[in-house]
Amino acid sequence: MIGQNKQIERKVMTGNHAVAYAAKLSRVQVVSAYPITPQTSIVEKLSEFIESGELKANIIKVESEHSALAAVYGAAIAGARAFTATSSHGLLYMHEWIHWFSRARIPAVMAVVSRTIGPPWNIWPDHSDFMDQRDTGWIMSFGMDNQEVLDLVIQAFRISEDPSVFLPVMVGLEGFILGGTAMPVDLPPEEEVITFIGERKQPYSVVEDRISIGNLTSPEDTEEIFMEMQKAMERSKELIRKIDAEYGKIFGRSYGGLINCYKCEDSKYIIFTMGAWSGDAMEAIEALREEGIKVGLARIRYVRPFPREEIRELIMNAKLGIVFDRSISFGSYGPLFEDVAASIANDKREGKLVNIVAGLGGVNVTSEDFVKIIEKNINKFESEGEVELLQWYHGGEVMGY
Amino acid sequence: MVVPASCTSVVVGTSPKTSIGMPVVHVPFASAASVASGIRESLLINNKGDIHVIAWAGDGGTADIGMASLSGAAERNSDIIYIMYDNEAYMNTGIQRSSSTPVGAWTTTTPIKGKLEQKKDVAKIMIAHGVPYVATASIAYPHDFYNKLSRALKIRGFRFIQLHSPCPVGWRFDDSQTVDVAKAAVETGMWILYEYKDGKLEISNPSKYLIEHNSFKPIEEYLKIQGRFSKISEDLLKELYKERERNIEWLKKAV
Repeated sequence: MIGQNKQIERKVMTGNHAVAYAAKLSRVQVVSAYPITPQTSIVEKLSEFIESGELKANIIKVESEHSALAAVYGAAIAGARAFTATSSHGLLYMHEWIHWFSRARIPAVMAVVSRTIGPPWNIWPDHSDFMDQRDTGWIMSFGMDNQEVLDLVIQAFRISEDPSVFLPVMVGLEGFILGGTAMPVDLPPEEEVITFIGERKQPYSVVEDRISIGNLTSPEDTEEIFMEMQKAMERSKELIRKIDAEYGKIFGRSYGGLINCYKCEDSKYIIFTMGAWSGDAMEAIEALREEGIKVGLARIRYVRPFPREEIRELIMNAKLGIVFDRSISFGSYGPLFEDVAASIANDKREGKLVNIVAGLGGVNVTSEDFVKIIEKNINKFESEGEVELLQWYHGGEVMGY
Repeated sequence: MVVPASCTSVVVGTSPKTSIGMPVVHVPFASAASVASGIRESLLINNKGDIHVIAWAGDGGTADIGMASLSGAAERNSDIIYIMYDNEAYMNTGIQRSSSTPVGAWTTTTPIKGKLEQKKDVAKIMIAHGVPYVATASIAYPHDFYNKLSRALKIRGFRFIQLHSPCPVGWRFDDSQTVDVAKAAVETGMWILYEYKDGKLEISNPSKYLIEHNSFKPIEEYLKIQGRFSKISEDLLKELYKERERNIEWLKKAV
């Protein structure tokens, strides 16, 4: 019944356009971006909104991504709701600014249309670019479909500008799989989105306050700034859960907070994923459940702050946890696995954990692949009580490392 | 005022205080012009266009690592004033050559031969962008600098001032000689004062008088009062003379 009498407009659109519409509905005032495949259609759509007068905002067409985030920072510290979007090498080129931004505790939102990192040149999606930013102090969410991407971007402004947080937020979506694929998306009424987000809030402004920001400090003061960021991250968990629930009440879509569980309740085996391939994983769960295997999916929606409490509870109640990573920290494990494993570091348990690295460089992973990988690991665990910790799935084969 | 990594980042003092009577935004090296653009667009969209935004950067942050963002802001005709204080080397990291270091100058990365390449002419590059206002100035002629800044404040769009600022430590002379060294640069034609607005170039005094009367002092008079040129070779000295000649000829044609 929720949203029944609302004027909801449904449009078929790509994930990139869903991002652009979300930025428009959130009434961003300054946009700055540099085109890069597969992000480009976001900045194109926003340019169209601004030039047509549909969105009252200024767009700064900079000469690089480094300057794009720098310009967004300038706009934000002077009081504007500001937005940018990028991918892959553009995101890496911004990396210095990504750190600088969060340490200044300035709210802003960036969409990351994920794409692998070269060489070789390759525009296909994985999570290498996105996961490379996990130590930057940004709140980081990742969508599974275009509707969720739109909802995440709107919520990102609200989270970022909450005084208990005041951190920038990046929203991830895979290039092409979501970014370039059209799906039906419900657009909530703009007035209600603005009421939901509220007026622009930020901890300080270079226009209102005669301040100096970013200048030299002592090591102790610097460390305290970092400690405050960590505290804000921890505080943001409750806020994210609350906002997700509130958004559900107003707009009819709630996703479960930091993670989205699919048939987790009675599961003996828990699969962890992030992003669009979670849809394929869900199909695999269906197929396995039909065979009587009690398996469930925990889709990670927020990488930062990491939902260690939710994940710990799920793993403690499961025999086997299988973490799928679409990127790798070379010489170690997939980054999601590292965080999942750390969540239960001090817990005694009988169960096992497995890390599957797959889909890098844009390699397609189907629901059949998921079934194959999951079944193989469950069978090995049940027959031998052991599993290989790190496995790389490539060319239809699971390889140990 | 937006300040990228530079000596000024240190000079303004430690957080939370500042020695400058306006809001100061410290930013990573390559981004002064971009951050200033962002602040400006934010002011404009929020109807606060009467507030000026100034980027204040050294020659490294301008001519080298900041060149792309500077060029971007100039090409967009971003409504900001950009002041490059040019002390002709990376002084904050301890006197390494920049593209704005003149031929023959000693730095810690040109330790034996001196710099072999000519000084990059950033003001000329800015003129080539067709921006509304470009000027060169010197700390030895504060009235000229003040007048130029005052004129720049009344113009809209991208404005650029290159301020020649000798560095006692990096150039190897005593602090008390700073103004004399800056003055000698102008009197020997190693630094020429001019102004470019409305598409027209006008040479400022005393450079105008010196060019008209062909009365520049020998370059050696500028070099001998600094340690950084103490070992300059005959060849590189000739290069400096050629460079001065090229600059004068270009200006004469451009006027």
